Amino acid sequence: MSLTLLNVIVAVVIAIAFAALNAAYLVWAERRGAARIQRRPGPNINGPFGLLQPPLDGIKLMAKQLTIPGGADKVLFIAAPVLAMFPAIMSFVTIPFSESIVAKNMNVGVLMIFAFASTGSMALVFAGWSSRNKYAMMSSVRAVSQAVAYEIPMLITTITVVMIAGSTDLMEIVRQQSGSILHWNIFPVLGNSHNLLMPMSFLIFFTCTLAETNRAPFDLGEAESELVAGFHTEYGSMGFGLFFMGEYANIVIGSCMTTILFLGGWNAPLPFLGFIPGIFWFLLKLYLLIATFIWIRWTFPRTTIYGLLNLSWKILIPLSLFNLLFTAGLIKVF
Amino acid sequence: MNSPIKLQPDETFILNVGPQHPATHGVLRVKMEMNGEYIVNAETVIGYIHRMHEKMGEVKTYPQFLMNLSRMDYLGALGYSHGHVLLIEKASGIEVPERAEYIRAIMVELNRVASHLFWFGAFVMDLGGFSPLMYALQDREYILDMLEAVTGSRLTYCYFRFGGLYNDIDDDFISAARRFIPRMRKSLKKYHKLVTGNIIFHKRLEGIAPLSQEMCRKYGASSAVARGSGINFDVRKNEPYSVYPEFDFDIPVFHECDSLARYKVRMEEIEQSLRIIEQGLDKLPDGPIMPEKKPKLIKPPPGDYYQAVETARGSFGIRLVSDGGKTPYRLKLRSPTYSNMHLFDESCRGMMIMDALAFMGSLDLVIPEIDR
Amino acid sequence: MITYFTDIYHGLISLFIGMGITFKEFFSPTVTVSYPYETLTMCDRYRGHTQLIANEEGKPNCVVCGLCEKACPSNCISLAGEKPEGGKKKVLTKYILDFTRCSLCGSCVESCNFNALEFSKEYNLASTRKEDFIFDLLKRLEEKNK
Repeated sequence: MSLTLLNVIVAVVIAIAFAALNAAYLVWAERRGAARIQRRPGPNINGPFGLLQPPLDGIKLMAKQLTIPGGADKVLFIAAPVLAMFPAIMSFVTIPFSESIVAKNMNVGVLMIFAFASTGSMALVFAGWSSRNKYAMMSSVRAVSQAVAYEIPMLITTITVVMIAGSTDLMEIVRQQSGSILHWNIFPVLGNSHNLLMPMSFLIFFTCTLAETNRAPFDLGEAESELVAGFHTEYGSMGFGLFFMGEYANIVIGSCMTTILFLGGWNAPLPFLGFIPGIFWFLLKLYLLIATFIWIRWTFPRTTIYGLLNLSWKILIPLSLFNLLFTAGLIKVF
Repeated sequence: MNSPIKLQPDETFILNVGPQHPATHGVLRVKMEMNGEYIVNAETVIGYIHRMHEKMGEVKTYPQFLMNLSRMDYLGALGYSHGHVLLIEKASGIEVPERAEYIRAIMVELNRVASHLFWFGAFVMDLGGFSPLMYALQDREYILDMLEAVTGSRLTYCYFRFGGLYNDIDDDFISAARRFIPRMRKSLKKYHKLVTGNIIFHKRLEGIAPLSQEMCRKYGASSAVARGSGINFDVRKNEPYSVYPEFDFDIPVFHECDSLARYKVRMEEIEQSLRIIEQGLDKLPDGPIMPEKKPKLIKPPPGDYYQAVETARGSFGIRLVSDGGKTPYRLKLRSPTYSNMHLFDESCRGMMIMDALAFMGSLDLVIPEIDR
Repeated sequence: MITYFTDIYHGLISLFIGMGITFKEFFSPTVTVSYPYETLTMCDRYRGHTQLIANEEGKPNCVVCGLCEKACPSNCISLAGEKPEGGKKKVLTKYILDFTRCSLCGSCVESCNFNALEFSKEYNLASTRKEDFIFDLLKRLEEKNK
């Protein structure tokens, strides 16, 4: 018993380290990526390719004083950034990076991740509410309606995948996609569902991930040209730093989930490439997805709040519901 | 719970947008009475960067006031200088050599393209897209380099003189301008693909903030704001000045009245300005850039003079009341953005804040120009 | 119903076109100059603050006529001169340019009939003290001569 407990603790520590490292260096990647798209060099002074920039930024943020605005709800104000980071880190525990690298596999892994993901928007609500700032307040109200609107199609598409796999165990879902790229849930030609609507499902899930992680073009929560900085307007120092890291940790989780549910997890795209370890394939897919996140952010303008809700209720939810019924029918027939 | 505060179902709160806010592009303050995300009432508060340009005009001699005009609107400075020099030339009867007028027109149009490019970038940034700003700035940089090589400064030019120009353009400038035109046309295609065709961009602007023709007339709106609402008014065509009658160009007019129409007008204007530059370079005559006979001291005879020009932001009017002295008796500057901005108060009622700020972006406000 | 799907389709296509453009830009070379490691040369007509032009002997061309002082719209030039004993021309003894008020309009350079003033190419002007911007142009000329 004590040994398993120790294992879990070690796993959690590794998960935290992975999340923090990713969050820090994704900021760097985002800045470099944005700079390349805009034909600038980006951060390139500190260290080779500016690789020392994230730790230096971290030191700078930690050296700052954390100011709490007068009249703010102190407890919630301090709790909110922690709450932004915490669920993302906890979700890492159950993500299988390869056949053997997983901190704690559970047979309800999908449920656990969504349970944690839904608490993420609470952080925004707390931050916005406790800041005693009108911009922050408006931002948190937006965040709630956004979270409600996008968790529905996201869960429906996930249920579609779970129905195909017949399991909520993440490892099991990945195992069922083994073989080649044609067995993955995104192009399930040879897989166990033959559902040709799955690419659409993938797009829906990806869009929902963008919205769920408050990324452009759905970054209404921190719409900087309207709401100054949204929910973290009043945060400075590491409070802001934690929100920032939380955002990137959430992106990693979202991309991990997309990889596992649709892109075959650690499976190689072609059978003869199977000699390369699974972790490599997993990370490759993961970072390609994250690169797409960055790419999208620096291409599109922001949507409006009603445009976002229209997209969710008029397009994503009907289409994902249709796909759910279609998949159910296919499973019944075959 | 016995709370002393009774919340009314229609309780509103005041949101101060500005004077320091990313969307106001300067020190404009908008006091918004909000009901949730909806604007109940808005009031623009101006004057944070008031510099008394009109008063300065009264105490300075005519040549000393030249450089003030480029400080009004820092994005399209040459258009304002153009109005000023045309007015003083008209008042004191100075003949301008043809070459100087052509160069002025080319410069003003280049400056207009630069100004519209910056507006385009900033407008898309208001809507949340950052990269188009950088692309627009790259093209604008090309224009600024060209203008710098001739005028010596990048933003606040002091290039036009009463009767002519500060210095002549050279072959480098002409070849650079010729290279610029195809480059800009190519970039425009890119912008249309990247931004105009984009579904998110379309959805955000289509049908937002319709301005009726009556409203535009009531507030005296000009530039793309009026032309986006179907009013075919451009000073260059309606009250021709300088050498504009020599050029063949169109005035883009759209009848949709919404933010998208205003956007389309400005993008089309870039294309038309390129046409003017092209023709100007072809027709450019040789000759002097300053008149041979020029009064040593400029003292317009007593009287009332007015000159309107079409700047990048709309119809700029400048009125001079002279008593025959070294300094004007009164110098009135009618800035176009001042009129355009006041549309905002009335039109944004009932809008959501993000639409209202997109609408504000489509008005193309330059705050120093409003406050003067 | 058909428009519903065509709208979705065209919307998606427009998004992919936009992404294609940024993808192309991603692999284009950078266009910026990483100042201060690289600097650009200023063009010939660049307008920095004014400076005095020296004749062959290293003395300023200025004859202290005071036209620049009068032409300046911002009253930022103050100059003084005196006639040395036995000399015919006035000699410049003081030329102060208050750069905090100068708006680089060039009126002074234009008004000068003796080729005594020109624009410098200096643009690295930054200081935390106001006094640093009150230039003594005579002293600057002497430093330049050395």
